[in-house]
Amino acid sequence: MRRLSSFRDFDWMLLSLVSLMSIISVLEIKSATLHTKFRGFDHKQIGFLLAGMGLMFLMTQIDYHWLLDIAPWAYGIGLLSLVAVRLVGTKVLGARRWINLGGGVHFQPSEWVKLVLVLAMARFFWGLAGRELRWTDIAKAFALIGVPMGLVLIQPDLGTALTYFPILVAGLFLGGIRVRQVLVLLLGFFILIGGAWMSGKRLKPYQMARLTSFIDPGSDPRGAGYQILQSKIAVGAGGLWGKGTNQGTQTQGDFLPIPYTDFIFAAFCEEHGFVGGMGILLLYFLVLMRLIENAQQASDAPGTFIVMGVVAVLLFQIVVNIGMVVGLMPVTGIPLPLMSYGGSSILFTFLALGIVMNIRMRRFVN
Amino acid sequence: MALISKPERHTDRDEKVSANKLHATQYIVVLVLAVLAAGMWRLQVLGVDNYRMLAEANRVRKQPVTAPRGKIFDREGRILVDNYPSVSCFLLREQVKDLNADIPMIARGLDLTVDQIQATLRRYASSPKYEQIPLKLDITPDEQAFIEAHRNELPELETFDDQRRLYPRDGFAAHLIGYVGELSAEDLNSAKFAFYEPGDVVGKSGVEETYDELLRGKDGSRDVIVDSHGKEVGQLGQQIAIPGKDLRLTIDLDVQRAAELAMEGHTGALVAMDPHTGEILAMVSRPTYDPNQFSVRLTRDYWSQIVNNPDHPMMNKTIQAQLAPGSTFKIIMSLAGLEEGVAQTMRVMCNGGATFYGHFFACDQHHGMVDIDHAIPWSCDTFYYTLANKLGIDTIARYATEVGLAQKTGVDLPDEATGTMPSTAWKLKTQHDKWYAGETISVGIGQGAVQVTPLQLARALGGIASGGVLKRPHVVFPGELPPEMASAIEETYPGSGDRVVPITPENWETITDAMAATLGPGGTAGAVHLEGIDFAGKTGTAELVSHSAGAKSLGTGNERANAWFVGMAPRRNPDIVVAVLCEHGGWGAEAAAPLAAQVIDAFVTKQRKKEGNLLRLTDAPKPAASPAANPNGVPTASVTPAARPGQANAPGGNRP
Repeated sequence: MRRLSSFRDFDWMLLSLVSLMSIISVLEIKSATLHTKFRGFDHKQIGFLLAGMGLMFLMTQIDYHWLLDIAPWAYGIGLLSLVAVRLVGTKVLGARRWINLGGGVHFQPSEWVKLVLVLAMARFFWGLAGRELRWTDIAKAFALIGVPMGLVLIQPDLGTALTYFPILVAGLFLGGIRVRQVLVLLLGFFILIGGAWMSGKRLKPYQMARLTSFIDPGSDPRGAGYQILQSKIAVGAGGLWGKGTNQGTQTQGDFLPIPYTDFIFAAFCEEHGFVGGMGILLLYFLVLMRLIENAQQASDAPGTFIVMGVVAVLLFQIVVNIGMVVGLMPVTGIPLPLMSYGGSSILFTFLALGIVMNIRMRRFVN
Repeated sequence: MALISKPERHTDRDEKVSANKLHATQYIVVLVLAVLAAGMWRLQVLGVDNYRMLAEANRVRKQPVTAPRGKIFDREGRILVDNYPSVSCFLLREQVKDLNADIPMIARGLDLTVDQIQATLRRYASSPKYEQIPLKLDITPDEQAFIEAHRNELPELETFDDQRRLYPRDGFAAHLIGYVGELSAEDLNSAKFAFYEPGDVVGKSGVEETYDELLRGKDGSRDVIVDSHGKEVGQLGQQIAIPGKDLRLTIDLDVQRAAELAMEGHTGALVAMDPHTGEILAMVSRPTYDPNQFSVRLTRDYWSQIVNNPDHPMMNKTIQAQLAPGSTFKIIMSLAGLEEGVAQTMRVMCNGGATFYGHFFACDQHHGMVDIDHAIPWSCDTFYYTLANKLGIDTIARYATEVGLAQKTGVDLPDEATGTMPSTAWKLKTQHDKWYAGETISVGIGQGAVQVTPLQLARALGGIASGGVLKRPHVVFPGELPPEMASAIEETYPGSGDRVVPITPENWETITDAMAATLGPGGTAGAVHLEGIDFAGKTGTAELVSHSAGAKSLGTGNERANAWFVGMAPRRNPDIVVAVLCEHGGWGAEAAAPLAAQVIDAFVTKQRKKEGNLLRLTDAPKPAASPAANPNGVPTASVTPAARPGQANAPGGNRP
């Protein structure tokens, strides 16, 4: 069935917000890499962003129902690509996360699997047709997310693996999980954590160290806490108004670790202060609110599920990244969406936004 | 699996998700962003001062800039001590998480032992953490490369450009110049170094110690901006280092070189001085040491080699050796005897010794009838036994003290020794016993308890030859110092100082002529004759083993007598006086006198190259020359020819 779409219904508001954040991102990457060997990453980021926007427009032209139709196949291919990464992936800093596609292009399957999981989860709950969730449904949902999560975890890439979890949470929440079921799940979760903690206490120090290095292979040679401390110093030293573009001593002096990716928010806060940081939070707030509005206006349940899956992933990444930067969360290596440098992350974000716009453009159909 | 089968009813019914759940998500978003905003508020608004400070501490580092020490020149501006650029390795304790884990690697790279590094750390344990610790000074290019190559693994290592001392090689003038070293923990606790900091390099001996304040300058610092690898990327501000002031010594490099050559292979000391001014022209002590080994890294081998050497290489024997002067003391005896009016008429029959108070005191020859004119050149012990017996110990001690023996001279060098001059009061004080007249006899020939330093002896004999004018010896021209420093130096190094001892002109002539005769035919050092130079002096052979009676003997090995010679030119109002000590050298005439002659010859030869000095030095002394008329115009004002008891019939006159 051919569905109508029109650019009159295109989400110009969301595009404006996202474009503004992209410009800020490019400027901050430029500032953060000015005196490093990564100088020029801002230009590469512009390339990623343009490619991302192109894909986003392309996405708006494909009816999302077709995407839902092919979701099972995409899921299968996604699992295969994660297995492929184990076999032929490039090892960087002790972890196999990338597949070298040649010509200097590295592809990170775990990022686009994120998108596949959003679609697969939407399709799964669509299939349940709004009936009450049974324990078998919940188990299936866990399996759906758990298998790819496990594959990413053994790369090892704890950060990306964790970003799959909010998709499950969003699906269960919107799919109608009952309070009693939540309580049972939480109980099981705590028993699991407790058991892990008890057995963790019995671990010998070297075993513990091995485990830590497994989870975070690129851990800083200067010791845990150094990165967080430098990040906190950068944010705190920014003060109310910041030190100005290119003036952040933590950023420019290379004290702040990877200030163009994971710690870009710290760099931004050092140079543009509390006021600038609040501006970024406000932009995120507007983007997320706009997305939730789109979810409300979606013409059918799978549309809502897809948009809310995207919201869940984005919100999770924002919380974990900024939480880490201001010292509320541990270092997990999750990039900040729309701000951090990186092709795969940008492609995921813009593909996801493309689908969201697609859903909005078809809101009056049916 | 449910996923694969296509859902059937997706268009049939309204499956919209409840609006309440979506509203709930909006609240969750607001809540979560508010928590993040609170986190930012905590850091950026509440913690801004603290984090700004930490950011500054991160990037700004205070780097010391060592002020180059002043150079040291000889009296003619020829360089003696210079500086050379060097690189030192410092440890930044703030930059490291677990220093103990890095120590073995650092030790390997810098060629240190783990113990050495830990000892250094202990030494600086009480200093603030942000202060850098000097880990190794003057590192090699290889060690520098190690630090550069391990910037990421060992960010706590930092290099600094520095200036180090370059001393003359082979211990040339080592005792005079001294050396510098890092302040030790004990040094820092003493009042003298109250205003110094750990790691400061200070003069530890010789001129370097005395004039440290002048030479050291003032260290500066730079506030350097660094990146996380400690690499310098900019500079905030600086406090310029003020270089130390250069210092001109009274040393004449040519005379010093002659003195070093003369003393080569001997154990002992040689000091040359201008008696007109007290300026020291050369100062040599043997054995010597290499101060370059002290300024940076003293190897254990070298150190044990020095401390185990029985001849005390670290000792500046010109001012620290306290030894019996032997027959050189007879000049003081002669002065006392003549000024007291006893010696002029004294005639002593020498039959190889004489008996006093039941003891036989030997002379090394049968001199026959001896008067004062012959007693000095022949160095007849019997004459001086007799004279000492006549004068008594307290008169001898008075004259010895007058000419500065057994007192510090006040030379501007650290740790000068005092010496000893026995007297009745001295014996009562030190041994709580009365003085026996018999003890006076051996004092007459400079034995017994008499102990002097070579510099005291040079100053005393040079002063007597200058008509009683004694100057404070010094190695730096006081007029070239800041006035407050010149007076501070005099206070810090007190001594008998400038003084004038009244000497009757006739007596002065008698003594100086007799000293010239010492180097003439028949004199004890007649073999050491300098053709065309008015060379005068007195030999000494100080026994180390006392012989209660019988023949004199030199002894052997470590008991062999010390050879002395004090020489000067010209005989009256000399331009140079040289004291030589050859420990265990045997006869003064044979061992010590030729060495002094070499130095005086070098000095005179040099002076003769300068016009105008030629005449005076070759001039035979006029018998009637009076101190007032001396060609140099050196004030000898207090020489009063009149009214001294028993001052008649002086057998003055000139002995060619």
